[in-house]
Amino acid sequence: MKKLFFITLFLLTSTAFAADAEFTIVIREHRFEPAELIVPAGKKIKLLIENQDSTPEEFESYDLAREKVIPGNSAASLYIGPLKAGRYPFFGEFNESTAKGVVIAQ
Amino acid sequence: MFGSSIIVFRETLEAALIVGILTAATRGVSGRNRWLIAGITAGLAGSAIVAAATNTIAEMASGFGQELFSAGVLGIAVLMLAWHNIWMAAHSKELAIHARNTGRAISDGKRECSVLFAIIALAVLREGSETVLFLYGIATAGSQSTHTVLVGGLLGLTGGVAVGWTLYAGLLRIPLRWFFSVTSLLVLLLAAGMASQVARLLIQANLLPSLAAPLWDTSSLLPPDSVLGTLLHGLAGYDARPAGMQIIFFAVVLVSIVIGMKLISQPQQPSK
Repeated sequence: MKKLFFITLFLLTSTAFAADAEFTIVIREHRFEPAELIVPAGKKIKLLIENQDSTPEEFESYDLAREKVIPGNSAASLYIGPLKAGRYPFFGEFNESTAKGVVIAQ
Repeated sequence: MFGSSIIVFRETLEAALIVGILTAATRGVSGRNRWLIAGITAGLAGSAIVAAATNTIAEMASGFGQELFSAGVLGIAVLMLAWHNIWMAAHSKELAIHARNTGRAISDGKRECSVLFAIIALAVLREGSETVLFLYGIATAGSQSTHTVLVGGLLGLTGGVAVGWTLYAGLLRIPLRWFFSVTSLLVLLLAAGMASQVARLLIQANLLPSLAAPLWDTSSLLPPDSVLGTLLHGLAGYDARPAGMQIIFFAVVLVSIVIGMKLISQPQQPSK
């Protein structure tokens, strides 16, 4: 039982050390800021999307295979990766003409 | 106006494909029209509620309420679709006869009807809530008049429904001996595709590992935003860059349903 306890403790703490990289993207006036986000390749990444507009936006990307609605004046997170090095465009489905960006994994 | 039309068209299309396939797949089941209409109505009402509750849902589960809610809705739909196919494997011969002469009623068609209701309601609710949110956002932003937004939305809605109707009408022209096999195949792909989307949502919420993402990349072969790509996404959950876990979910559901269908259509000992 003691062995099981220590193994569990070890596993839990080792996951804590492998913390995910966190990045923030802001939606302002139907645009993403930054429009080009550089992230490390090969790591799981937590994207925090802050919608500073009053209207909802849907963060969507075929290349990242992600979509999430962010209500107006609120923030939401989603996980991407681990990504191979490359470019992964994303867009705001509700305002596609202006809401465009790309995640660059290097 | 047309920007909103396209978005509403895309969302409506996904639900309309499902409604078209299920309407064809339940051909001959008595009372099915009532349940179909009830399903669409319930879905529309539900989507207004979900849209209104978006903030609340989004904040649940440490900010991943949306993913869990969608995954739950899709998961229930997968189970319902699986049930339908397995039920159909037992009854398609009866239904083919029934479709030829309208005398007989299918005895346990009631349960199939409630399954139909659930699938349709959930599909309409899923796509409808996104559409309501989007249209509400545009309307409140004030850059377009409410009138323009509604007209644009109606155009998109009509377009989506038209495609669904075309699919349904096209399916009806399939000779009866292949008909239920084709609809069963389409329902099978729908279920497996939805399972793949469940996986995608759980990966997004960091509840499942992706296991090699992407497993392959067919975006140059079949771009996901092309017409065919969009159709395949609605019919079978096509993703140009699927995660390994998505493929596992797809395959497991596909194989499970096929096994279920085979098992139920094994020749049984005479019960009468």
